[in-house]
Amino acid sequence: MIDLTINAVLTEKIIAGFIRSELHRVGFKRALLGVSGGIDSAVSLYLSAKALGPENVLAIRMPYKTSSQHTLDDAQTMIDDLGVQSMTVEITDMVDPLVNKFDDMTKIRAGNIMARTRMIVLFDQSVAFNGLVMGSSNKTELLLGYSTIFGDSAAALQPIGDLYKTQVRQLAGHLGVPQAVIAKAPSADLWEGQTDEGELGFTYADVDRLLYLLVDQRYRPETCVEEGFERTFVERVVRRMRQNHFKRVMPPIAKLSERTIGYDFLYLRDWGT
Amino acid sequence: MKIKIALAQFNTKLGDVPANLEKHLDLIDEARQGGADLVVFPELSLTGYALLDLAVDTAIRPHQDDPVFNELLAASQDLDLMFGFVHEDRRHRFHIASAYLSGGKTRHIHNKIYLPTYGMFDEGRFFAPGDSVRAFDTRFGRVGMLICEDFWHASLPYLLWLDGADMLLFASASPGRGLTQDPRLSSSGWVEHTNRAYAGLFTNFVVHANRVGYEDGLNFWGGSTIFDPNGDLIVRAPDFEPALIITEIDLNQLHRTRARLPLLRDERIGVVQRELERIQGNS
Repeated sequence: MIDLTINAVLTEKIIAGFIRSELHRVGFKRALLGVSGGIDSAVSLYLSAKALGPENVLAIRMPYKTSSQHTLDDAQTMIDDLGVQSMTVEITDMVDPLVNKFDDMTKIRAGNIMARTRMIVLFDQSVAFNGLVMGSSNKTELLLGYSTIFGDSAAALQPIGDLYKTQVRQLAGHLGVPQAVIAKAPSADLWEGQTDEGELGFTYADVDRLLYLLVDQRYRPETCVEEGFERTFVERVVRRMRQNHFKRVMPPIAKLSERTIGYDFLYLRDWGT
Repeated sequence: MKIKIALAQFNTKLGDVPANLEKHLDLIDEARQGGADLVVFPELSLTGYALLDLAVDTAIRPHQDDPVFNELLAASQDLDLMFGFVHEDRRHRFHIASAYLSGGKTRHIHNKIYLPTYGMFDEGRFFAPGDSVRAFDTRFGRVGMLICEDFWHASLPYLLWLDGADMLLFASASPGRGLTQDPRLSSSGWVEHTNRAYAGLFTNFVVHANRVGYEDGLNFWGGSTIFDPNGDLIVRAPDFEPALIITEIDLNQLHRTRARLPLLRDERIGVVQRELERIQGNS
Protein backbone atom coordinates (compact mmCIF):
# COMPACT_ATOMS: atom_id res chain seq x y z
CA MET A 1 0.00 0.00 0.00
CA ILE A 2 1.29 3.44 -0.86
CA ASP A 3 0.72 5.82 2.01
CA LEU A 4 2.67 9.06 1.97
CA THR A 5 0.89 10.52 4.98
CA ILE A 6 3.29 11.95 7.52
CA ASN A 7 2.97 12.99 11.11
CA ALA A 8 3.47 16.72 10.68
CA VAL A 9 4.15 17.45 14.35
CA LEU A 10 7.00 14.93 14.42
CA THR A 11 8.30 16.15 11.06
CA GLU A 12 8.42 19.73 12.24
CA LYS A 13 10.18 18.72 15.45
CA ILE A 14 12.92 16.78 13.67
CA ILE A 15 13.52 19.38 10.98
CA ALA A 16 13.47 22.35 13.37
CA GLY A 17 16.01 20.53 15.55
CA PHE A 18 18.11 19.83 12.48
CA ILE A 19 18.11 23.51 11.44
CA ARG A 20 19.08 24.67 14.93
CA SER A 21 21.73 22.02 15.35
CA GLU A 22 23.38 22.53 11.99
CA LEU A 23 23.51 26.31 12.40
CA HIS A 24 24.42 26.60 16.04
CA ARG A 25 27.19 24.01 15.93
CA VAL A 26 29.11 26.12 13.40
CA GLY A 27 28.49 29.36 15.24
CA PHE A 28 25.52 30.74 13.30
CA LYS A 29 22.13 31.71 14.64
CA ARG A 30 20.61 33.22 11.51
CA ALA A 31 19.34 31.87 8.22
CA LEU A 32 18.20 33.42 4.97
CA LEU A 33 16.40 32.12 1.95
CA GLY A 34 14.81 33.09 -1.29
CA VAL A 35 11.04 33.22 -0.99
CA SER A 36 9.26 32.84 -4.30
CA GLY A 37 5.70 32.61 -3.11
CA GLY A 38 5.68 28.90 -3.89
CA ILE A 39 5.06 26.13 -1.41
CA ASP A 40 8.59 24.75 -1.05
CA SER A 41 10.28 27.98 -0.06
CA ALA A 42 7.21 28.76 2.07
CA VAL A 43 7.66 25.57 4.07
CA SER A 44 11.38 26.17 4.38
CA LEU A 45 10.64 29.72 5.57
CA TYR A 46 8.07 28.65 8.17
CA LEU A 47 10.36 25.92 9.47
CA SER A 48 13.29 28.35 9.72
CA ALA A 49 11.20 30.93 11.55
CA LYS A 50 9.92 28.31 14.00
CA ALA A 51 13.40 26.86 14.54
CA LEU A 52 15.35 30.08 14.91
CA GLY A 53 12.79 32.77 15.74
CA PRO A 54 11.50 35.15 13.05
CA GLU A 55 14.01 37.84 13.98
CA ASN A 56 16.81 35.51 12.92
CA VAL A 57 15.40 34.79 9.47
CA LEU A 58 15.76 36.91 6.35
CA ALA A 59 13.33 36.25 3.49
CA ILE A 60 14.50 37.62 0.17
CA ARG A 61 12.13 38.19 -2.73
CA MET A 62 14.02 38.21 -6.01
CA PRO A 63 11.58 38.98 -8.82
CA TYR A 64 12.46 39.10 -12.49
CA LYS A 65 10.43 41.37 -14.73
CA THR A 66 8.19 38.48 -15.82
CA SER A 67 7.58 37.22 -12.29
CA SER A 68 3.90 37.19 -11.50
CA GLN A 69 2.61 39.83 -9.12
CA HIS A 70 0.37 37.46 -7.17
CA THR A 71 3.42 35.33 -6.37
CA LEU A 72 5.21 38.36 -4.99
CA ASP A 73 2.13 39.25 -3.00
CA ASP A 74 1.93 35.73 -1.58
CA ALA A 75 5.55 36.00 -0.46
CA GLN A 76 4.78 39.31 1.23
CA THR A 77 1.76 37.83 3.00
CA MET A 78 3.95 35.12 4.52
CA ILE A 79 6.66 37.58 5.50
CA ASP A 80 4.05 39.68 7.28
CA ASP A 81 2.42 36.63 8.83
CA LEU A 82 5.68 35.41 10.37
CA GLY A 83 7.32 38.75 11.12
CA VAL A 84 10.62 37.65 9.62
CA GLN A 85 13.10 40.16 8.22
CA SER A 86 12.73 40.73 4.51
CA MET A 87 14.26 42.35 1.47
CA THR A 88 13.43 42.59 -2.22
CA VAL A 89 16.23 42.41 -4.77
CA GLU A 90 15.14 42.80 -8.40
CA ILE A 91 17.28 40.54 -10.54
CA THR A 92 16.25 41.88 -13.96
CA ASP A 93 19.21 44.27 -14.15
CA MET A 94 21.60 41.45 -13.40
CA VAL A 95 20.01 38.84 -15.62
CA ASP A 96 19.25 40.80 -18.78
CA PRO A 97 22.80 41.85 -19.78
CA LEU A 98 23.85 38.21 -19.96
CA VAL A 99 20.62 37.03 -21.53
CA ASN A 100 20.84 39.75 -24.20
CA LYS A 101 24.47 39.02 -24.99
CA PHE A 102 23.60 35.94 -27.01
CA ASP A 103 21.26 35.76 -29.97
CA ASP A 104 20.70 32.06 -29.50
CA MET A 105 19.55 32.44 -25.90
CA THR A 106 16.87 29.89 -24.97
CA LYS A 107 14.14 29.81 -22.34
CA ILE A 108 15.99 27.09 -20.45
CA ARG A 109 19.28 28.99 -20.45
CA ALA A 110 17.59 32.18 -19.33
CA GLY A 111 15.81 30.26 -16.58
CA ASN A 112 19.11 28.85 -15.38
CA ILE A 113 20.68 32.30 -15.40
CA MET A 114 17.84 33.57 -13.22
CA ALA A 115 18.21 30.70 -10.78
CA ARG A 116 21.97 31.23 -10.55
CA THR A 117 21.59 34.98 -10.19
CA ARG A 118 19.33 34.37 -7.21
CA MET A 119 22.02 32.09 -5.81
CA ILE A 120 24.57 34.93 -6.11
CA VAL A 121 22.24 37.33 -4.31
CA LEU A 122 21.59 34.83 -1.51
CA PHE A 123 25.22 33.90 -0.92
CA ASP A 124 26.21 37.56 -1.01
CA GLN A 125 23.52 38.42 1.54
CA SER A 126 24.56 35.47 3.68
CA VAL A 127 27.77 37.38 4.45
CA ALA A 128 25.98 40.67 5.08
CA PHE A 129 23.32 39.00 7.25
CA ASN A 130 25.77 36.58 8.89
CA GLY A 131 23.46 33.66 8.22
CA LEU A 132 23.40 30.41 6.28
CA VAL A 133 21.39 29.88 3.11
CA MET A 134 18.47 27.51 3.56
CA GLY A 135 17.54 25.33 0.61
CA SER A 136 14.00 24.58 -0.51
CA SER A 137 14.52 21.44 -2.59
CA ASN A 138 12.11 18.60 -1.93
CA LYS A 139 12.76 14.89 -2.48
CA THR A 140 10.71 14.75 -5.67
CA GLU A 141 12.66 17.47 -7.42
CA LEU A 142 16.00 16.20 -6.12
CA LEU A 143 15.26 12.71 -7.46
CA LEU A 144 13.95 14.01 -10.78
CA GLY A 145 16.74 16.57 -11.07
CA TYR A 146 14.14 19.26 -11.61
CA SER A 147 16.41 22.08 -10.54
CA THR A 148 19.27 24.26 -11.74
CA ILE A 149 22.61 22.96 -10.55
CA PHE A 150 24.46 25.68 -8.63
CA GLY A 151 21.25 27.69 -8.84
CA ASP A 152 18.21 26.89 -6.72
CA SER A 153 19.93 23.69 -5.61
CA ALA A 154 22.73 25.67 -3.94
CA ALA A 155 22.27 25.92 -0.18
CA ALA A 156 23.96 25.28 3.14
CA LEU A 157 21.16 23.01 4.37
CA GLN A 158 18.30 21.16 2.74
CA PRO A 159 15.62 20.88 5.45
CA ILE A 160 12.85 19.40 3.27
CA GLY A 161 15.03 17.30 0.93
CA ASP A 162 13.64 14.02 2.29
CA LEU A 163 9.97 14.96 1.86
CA TYR A 164 8.06 14.30 -1.35
CA LYS A 165 6.08 17.17 -2.78
CA THR A 166 2.87 15.54 -1.54
CA GLN A 167 4.33 15.48 1.97
CA VAL A 168 5.52 19.08 1.70
CA ARG A 169 1.89 20.00 1.06
CA GLN A 170 0.81 18.21 4.22
CA LEU A 171 3.50 19.88 6.26
CA ALA A 172 2.56 23.28 4.80
CA GLY A 173 -0.98 22.91 6.12
CA HIS A 174 0.29 22.08 9.59
CA LEU A 175 2.75 24.99 9.62
CA GLY A 176 0.08 27.53 8.72
CA VAL A 177 1.25 28.34 5.21
CA PRO A 178 -1.59 30.34 3.55
CA GLN A 179 -4.08 28.22 1.66
CA ALA A 180 -3.52 30.26 -1.52
CA VAL A 181 0.11 29.16 -1.56
CA ILE A 182 -0.74 25.51 -0.92
CA ALA A 183 -3.46 25.41 -3.54
CA LYS A 184 -1.75 27.07 -6.50
CA ALA A 185 -0.10 25.05 -9.28
CA PRO A 186 3.62 24.58 -8.52
CA SER A 187 5.82 26.66 -10.81
CA ALA A 188 9.46 27.64 -11.04
CA ASP A 189 8.07 30.93 -12.43
CA LEU A 190 11.07 31.23 -14.77
CA TRP A 191 8.83 32.20 -17.66
CA GLU A 192 5.21 33.20 -17.92
CA GLY A 193 2.70 30.39 -17.63
CA GLN A 194 5.32 27.81 -16.65
CA THR A 195 4.09 25.04 -14.36
CA ASP A 196 6.13 22.15 -12.97
CA GLU A 197 3.57 19.54 -13.88
CA GLY A 198 3.18 20.95 -17.41
CA GLU A 199 6.92 20.86 -17.95
CA LEU A 200 7.47 17.46 -16.35
CA GLY A 201 4.53 15.89 -18.14
CA PHE A 202 3.06 14.19 -15.09
CA THR A 203 1.55 15.16 -11.76
CA TYR A 204 3.34 15.24 -8.44
CA ALA A 205 0.63 13.04 -6.96
CA ASP A 206 1.46 10.29 -9.47
CA VAL A 207 5.22 10.61 -9.52
CA ASP A 208 5.48 10.73 -5.73
CA ARG A 209 3.68 7.41 -5.46
CA LEU A 210 5.97 5.90 -8.08
CA LEU A 211 9.14 7.33 -6.52
CA TYR A 212 8.06 6.02 -3.14
CA LEU A 213 7.94 2.49 -4.56
CA LEU A 214 11.16 2.81 -6.55
CA VAL A 215 13.26 4.60 -3.97
CA ASP A 216 11.86 4.01 -0.49
CA GLN A 217 10.44 0.55 -1.03
CA ARG A 218 13.13 -0.62 -3.51
CA TYR A 219 10.64 -1.91 -6.06
CA ARG A 220 12.03 -2.93 -9.44
CA PRO A 221 10.67 -0.80 -12.32
CA GLU A 222 9.03 -3.93 -13.72
CA THR A 223 7.16 -4.50 -10.47
CA CYS A 224 5.88 -0.92 -10.55
CA VAL A 225 4.38 -1.67 -13.96
CA GLU A 226 2.72 -4.76 -12.47
CA GLU A 227 1.40 -2.54 -9.69
CA GLY A 228 -0.44 -0.50 -12.32
CA PHE A 229 1.93 2.31 -13.32
CA GLU A 230 2.18 2.94 -17.05
CA ARG A 231 5.36 1.48 -18.50
CA THR A 232 6.41 4.63 -20.39
CA PHE A 233 5.88 6.72 -17.25
CA VAL A 234 8.01 4.35 -15.15
CA GLU A 235 10.76 4.30 -17.76
CA ARG A 236 10.77 8.07 -18.08
CA VAL A 237 11.06 8.58 -14.34
CA VAL A 238 13.80 5.97 -13.91
CA ARG A 239 15.76 7.58 -16.75
CA ARG A 240 15.36 11.05 -15.28
CA MET A 241 16.58 9.89 -11.89
CA ARG A 242 19.68 8.32 -13.40
CA GLN A 243 20.49 11.11 -15.84
CA ASN A 244 20.23 13.76 -13.16
CA HIS A 245 22.27 12.02 -10.52
CA PHE A 246 25.17 14.37 -11.28
CA LYS A 247 23.16 17.15 -9.64
CA ARG A 248 23.00 15.23 -6.39
CA VAL A 249 26.69 14.46 -5.88
CA MET A 250 29.93 16.38 -5.70
CA PRO A 251 31.91 16.38 -8.96
CA PRO A 252 34.20 13.34 -9.07
CA ILE A 253 37.87 13.95 -8.44
CA ALA A 254 40.39 12.01 -10.55
CA LYS A 255 42.12 9.78 -8.04
CA LEU A 256 45.92 9.90 -8.09
CA SER A 257 47.27 9.92 -4.56
CA GLU A 258 47.05 7.47 -1.66
CA ARG A 259 44.30 9.53 -0.09
CA THR A 260 41.73 11.39 -2.10
CA ILE A 261 38.81 13.55 -1.07
CA GLY A 262 35.58 11.65 -1.52
CA TYR A 263 37.12 8.17 -1.79
CA ASP A 264 39.31 7.61 1.23
CA PHE A 265 39.30 10.98 2.96
CA LEU A 266 35.95 10.63 4.64
CA TYR A 267 34.46 12.90 7.23
CA LEU A 268 31.00 14.21 7.93
CA ARG A 269 30.51 17.91 7.41
CA ASP A 270 29.88 18.12 11.14
CA TRP A 271 33.44 16.98 11.85
CA GLY A 272 34.59 18.33 15.21
CA THR A 273 31.30 20.02 16.10
CA MET B 1 17.69 -4.96 46.55
CA LYS B 2 16.79 -1.65 45.01
CA ILE B 3 19.23 0.29 42.86
CA LYS B 4 19.09 3.60 41.05
CA ILE B 5 20.04 3.65 37.40
CA ALA B 6 20.80 6.87 35.53
CA LEU B 7 20.21 6.93 31.79
CA ALA B 8 22.54 9.57 30.36
CA GLN B 9 20.74 10.48 27.16
CA PHE B 10 22.87 13.25 25.71
CA ASN B 11 24.42 14.71 22.58
CA THR B 12 28.07 14.30 21.67
CA LYS B 13 30.54 16.52 19.86
CA LEU B 14 31.68 14.60 16.78
CA GLY B 15 35.27 13.46 17.18
CA ASP B 16 36.03 15.69 20.19
CA VAL B 17 36.96 13.31 23.01
CA PRO B 18 38.03 15.96 25.58
CA ALA B 19 34.71 17.83 25.16
CA ASN B 20 32.73 14.60 25.48
CA LEU B 21 34.74 13.48 28.50
CA GLU B 22 33.81 16.73 30.19
CA LYS B 23 30.12 16.09 29.48
CA HIS B 24 30.50 12.59 30.92
CA LEU B 25 32.03 13.92 34.11
CA ASP B 26 29.29 16.57 34.46
CA LEU B 27 26.53 13.99 33.97
CA ILE B 28 28.23 11.57 36.36
CA ASP B 29 28.32 14.33 38.99
CA GLU B 30 24.67 15.07 38.44
CA ALA B 31 23.83 11.36 38.67
CA ARG B 32 25.88 11.06 41.85
CA GLN B 33 23.95 13.94 43.40
CA GLY B 34 20.76 12.18 42.40
CA GLY B 35 21.87 9.08 44.29
CA ALA B 36 22.51 6.90 41.21
CA ASP B 37 24.34 3.60 41.64
CA LEU B 38 24.95 3.08 37.92
CA VAL B 39 25.15 5.51 35.00
CA VAL B 40 24.57 4.16 31.50
CA PHE B 41 25.79 6.16 28.51
CA PRO B 42 24.90 5.55 24.83
CA GLU B 43 27.05 3.98 22.11
CA LEU B 44 30.29 5.79 21.28
CA SER B 45 29.46 8.35 23.94
CA LEU B 46 33.08 9.57 24.11
CA THR B 47 33.39 10.20 20.39
CA GLY B 48 30.10 10.64 18.54
CA TYR B 49 28.75 8.13 16.07
CA ALA B 50 29.45 8.70 12.36
CA LEU B 51 33.21 8.93 12.80
CA LEU B 52 34.36 7.60 9.43
CA ASP B 53 38.06 8.52 9.24
CA LEU B 54 37.90 10.03 12.73
CA ALA B 55 37.64 6.51 14.15
CA VAL B 56 41.39 6.05 14.45
CA ASP B 57 42.01 9.56 15.78
CA THR B 58 39.53 9.16 18.62
CA ALA B 59 40.55 5.66 19.71
CA ILE B 60 41.79 5.05 23.23
CA ARG B 61 43.35 2.16 25.15
CA PRO B 62 41.16 1.06 28.04
CA HIS B 63 43.90 1.34 30.62
CA GLN B 64 44.81 3.67 33.47
CA ASP B 65 47.77 4.92 31.41
CA ASP B 66 45.30 6.53 29.06
CA PRO B 67 44.44 9.96 30.51
CA VAL B 68 40.81 9.88 29.32
CA PHE B 69 40.13 6.36 30.48
CA ASN B 70 41.88 7.06 33.76
CA GLU B 71 39.54 9.96 34.51
CA LEU B 72 36.56 7.69 34.06
CA LEU B 73 38.15 5.01 36.21
CA ALA B 74 38.55 7.65 38.93
CA ALA B 75 34.93 8.72 38.49
CA SER B 76 33.80 5.13 39.01
CA GLN B 77 35.06 4.92 42.60
CA ASP B 78 31.65 5.47 44.15
CA LEU B 79 29.23 4.64 41.35
CA ASP B 80 29.34 2.25 38.41
CA LEU B 81 29.72 3.51 34.86
CA MET B 82 29.01 2.15 31.43
CA PHE B 83 30.10 4.25 28.47
CA GLY B 84 31.00 3.92 24.80
CA PHE B 85 34.32 4.56 23.09
CA VAL B 86 36.57 3.54 20.21
CA HIS B 87 38.76 0.75 21.55
CA GLU B 88 42.19 0.33 20.03
CA ASP B 89 43.26 -3.16 21.01
CA ARG B 90 46.80 -4.45 21.49
CA ARG B 91 47.06 -5.39 17.82
CA HIS B 92 45.78 -1.94 16.76
CA ARG B 93 42.38 -3.06 15.66
CA PHE B 94 39.67 -0.49 16.23
CA HIS B 95 36.44 -1.59 17.87
CA ILE B 96 33.20 0.09 18.82
CA ALA B 97 33.20 -0.77 22.51
CA SER B 98 31.41 -0.32 25.81
CA ALA B 99 33.26 -0.37 29.12
CA TYR B 100 31.82 -1.16 32.54
CA LEU B 101 33.79 0.43 35.37
CA SER B 102 33.23 0.02 39.08
CA GLY B 103 35.25 0.81 42.18
CA GLY B 104 37.97 2.37 40.04
CA LYS B 105 38.45 -0.82 38.05
CA THR B 106 37.45 -2.10 34.62
CA ARG B 107 34.95 -4.92 35.10
CA HIS B 108 34.27 -5.67 31.47
CA ILE B 109 34.76 -4.43 27.93
CA HIS B 110 32.45 -5.48 25.16
CA ASN B 111 33.48 -5.03 21.54
CA LYS B 112 30.50 -4.66 19.22
CA ILE B 113 30.07 -7.92 17.32
CA TYR B 114 27.60 -6.94 14.62
CA LEU B 115 28.79 -3.91 12.67
CA PRO B 116 25.99 -2.78 10.36
CA THR B 117 27.43 -2.19 6.89
CA TYR B 118 24.38 -1.67 4.71
CA GLY B 119 22.05 1.15 3.79
CA MET B 120 23.06 4.22 5.75
CA PHE B 121 25.57 2.30 7.87
CA ASP B 122 29.25 1.81 7.11
CA GLU B 123 30.72 0.49 10.36
CA GLY B 124 32.43 -2.56 8.86
CA ARG B 125 34.55 -0.27 6.73
CA PHE B 126 36.07 1.49 9.72
CA PHE B 127 35.88 -0.97 12.62
CA ALA B 128 36.85 -4.51 13.52
CA PRO B 129 34.08 -6.76 14.84
CA GLY B 130 34.22 -8.17 18.33
CA ASP B 131 34.16 -11.94 18.64
CA SER B 132 32.91 -12.73 22.11
CA VAL B 133 29.90 -12.06 24.27
CA ARG B 134 30.14 -12.57 28.03
CA ALA B 135 28.05 -11.81 31.04
CA PHE B 136 29.98 -10.49 34.05
CA ASP B 137 29.46 -9.95 37.75
CA THR B 138 28.77 -6.56 39.29
CA ARG B 139 27.74 -5.46 42.75
CA PHE B 140 24.14 -5.61 41.48
CA GLY B 141 24.36 -9.12 40.14
CA ARG B 142 25.35 -10.53 36.79
CA VAL B 143 24.79 -8.34 33.74
CA GLY B 144 25.62 -8.25 30.03
CA MET B 145 26.33 -5.41 27.62
CA LEU B 146 25.45 -5.11 23.94
CA ILE B 147 25.75 -2.30 21.44
CA CYS B 148 22.96 -1.35 19.03
CA GLU B 149 23.05 -3.78 16.06
CA ASP B 150 24.21 -6.49 18.49
CA PHE B 151 20.71 -6.68 19.90
CA TRP B 152 19.05 -6.81 16.49
CA HIS B 153 20.46 -10.35 16.50
CA ALA B 154 18.44 -12.37 18.99
CA SER B 155 21.32 -14.79 19.62
CA LEU B 156 23.39 -12.32 21.63
CA PRO B 157 20.84 -11.37 24.31
CA TYR B 158 19.94 -15.05 24.44
CA LEU B 159 23.57 -16.04 25.06
CA LEU B 160 23.97 -13.40 27.76
CA TRP B 161 20.81 -14.67 29.43
CA LEU B 162 22.16 -18.22 29.43
CA ASP B 163 25.49 -16.89 30.69
CA GLY B 164 23.72 -15.59 33.78
CA ALA B 165 22.86 -11.99 32.96
CA ASP B 166 19.73 -10.86 34.80
CA MET B 167 20.11 -7.35 33.47
CA LEU B 168 20.87 -6.47 29.86
CA LEU B 169 22.58 -3.11 29.35
CA PHE B 170 22.09 -1.86 25.81
CA ALA B 171 23.76 1.20 24.29
CA SER B 172 22.78 2.81 20.99
CA ALA B 173 23.41 5.70 18.69
CA SER B 174 20.33 4.94 16.67
CA PRO B 175 19.63 7.21 13.70
CA GLY B 176 15.92 7.96 13.47
CA ARG B 177 14.14 6.91 10.29
CA GLY B 178 10.77 5.86 9.00
CA LEU B 179 8.36 8.78 8.93
CA THR B 180 4.70 7.74 8.85
CA GLN B 181 1.46 8.99 10.39
CA ASP B 182 2.57 7.76 13.79
CA PRO B 183 3.76 10.22 16.40
CA ARG B 184 7.06 8.29 16.67
CA LEU B 185 9.53 7.17 14.00
CA SER B 186 9.39 3.52 12.92
CA SER B 187 12.95 3.01 14.19
CA SER B 188 11.91 4.11 17.71
CA GLY B 189 8.92 1.78 17.73
CA TRP B 190 10.95 -1.15 16.46
CA VAL B 191 13.73 -0.81 19.04
CA GLU B 192 11.24 -0.44 21.86
CA HIS B 193 9.26 -3.51 20.74
CA THR B 194 12.47 -5.52 20.62
CA ASN B 195 13.62 -4.45 24.06
CA ARG B 196 10.23 -5.13 25.58
CA ALA B 197 10.27 -8.56 23.98
CA TYR B 198 13.69 -9.42 25.45
CA ALA B 199 12.57 -8.31 28.89
CA GLY B 200 9.45 -10.45 28.69
CA LEU B 201 10.99 -13.51 27.01
CA PHE B 202 14.03 -13.61 29.29
CA THR B 203 12.25 -12.30 32.40
CA ASN B 204 15.14 -9.84 32.66
CA PHE B 205 15.70 -6.15 33.19
CA VAL B 206 16.51 -4.45 29.89
CA VAL B 207 18.18 -1.05 30.14
CA HIS B 208 18.66 0.92 26.93
CA ALA B 209 20.53 4.23 26.61
CA ASN B 210 20.21 5.96 23.25
CA ARG B 211 21.68 9.31 22.30
CA VAL B 212 20.12 12.49 20.95
CA GLY B 213 21.33 15.25 18.64
CA TYR B 214 22.24 15.39 14.98
CA GLU B 215 25.23 14.50 12.85
CA ASP B 216 24.86 16.08 9.41
CA GLY B 217 21.31 15.10 8.44
CA LEU B 218 21.05 12.15 10.84
CA ASN B 219 18.84 12.59 13.89
CA PHE B 220 19.25 10.47 17.00
CA TRP B 221 15.93 9.94 18.69
CA GLY B 222 16.74 9.24 22.35
CA GLY B 223 13.75 7.58 24.00
CA SER B 224 15.98 5.57 26.38
CA THR B 225 14.05 2.99 28.36
CA ILE B 226 14.10 0.47 31.17
CA PHE B 227 11.82 -2.59 31.00
CA ASP B 228 11.26 -4.88 33.96
CA PRO B 229 11.20 -8.71 33.95
CA ASN B 230 7.47 -8.65 33.19
CA GLY B 231 8.16 -6.68 30.01
CA ASP B 232 6.57 -3.62 31.57
CA LEU B 233 7.98 -0.19 30.87
CA ILE B 234 9.51 1.33 34.00
CA VAL B 235 10.72 4.55 32.45
CA ARG B 236 11.13 6.18 29.09
CA ALA B 237 13.22 9.29 28.49
CA PRO B 238 11.74 11.87 26.10
CA ASP B 239 12.31 11.53 22.38
CA PHE B 240 14.93 13.90 20.89
CA GLU B 241 15.62 15.83 24.11
CA PRO B 242 18.72 15.41 26.25
CA ALA B 243 17.88 14.02 29.69
CA LEU B 244 19.45 12.42 32.71
CA ILE B 245 16.77 10.06 33.97
CA ILE B 246 17.39 8.50 37.37
CA THR B 247 15.09 5.60 38.19
CA GLU B 248 14.94 3.13 41.00
CA ILE B 249 14.51 -0.50 40.04
CA ASP B 250 13.69 -3.34 42.39
CA LEU B 251 15.90 -6.33 41.65
CA ASN B 252 13.52 -8.49 43.71
CA GLN B 253 11.17 -8.33 40.74
CA LEU B 254 13.35 -11.07 39.25
CA HIS B 255 12.26 -13.37 42.09
CA ARG B 256 8.61 -12.52 41.72
CA THR B 257 8.47 -12.80 37.93
CA ARG B 258 10.48 -16.00 37.73
CA ALA B 259 8.42 -17.59 40.51
CA ARG B 260 5.38 -17.01 38.32
CA LEU B 261 6.99 -17.66 34.95
CA PRO B 262 9.92 -20.13 35.02
CA LEU B 263 11.11 -19.58 31.44
CA LEU B 264 14.75 -19.61 32.52
CA ARG B 265 14.29 -22.80 34.54
CA ASP B 266 12.65 -24.54 31.61
CA GLU B 267 15.08 -23.40 28.93
CA ARG B 268 16.54 -26.47 27.17
CA ILE B 269 20.11 -25.52 26.35
CA GLY B 270 20.87 -29.11 25.34
CA VAL B 271 18.20 -28.99 22.63
CA VAL B 272 19.54 -25.68 21.38
CA GLN B 273 23.10 -26.97 21.31
CA ARG B 274 22.19 -30.23 19.56
CA GLU B 275 20.09 -28.50 16.94
CA LEU B 276 22.72 -25.81 16.34
CA GLU B 277 25.31 -28.50 15.73
CA ARG B 278 22.98 -30.26 13.34
CA ILE B 279 22.19 -27.03 11.49
CA GLN B 280 25.84 -26.10 11.28
CA GLY B 281 26.72 -29.63 10.13
CA ASN B 282 24.11 -29.42 7.38
CA SER B 283 25.23 -26.07 6.08
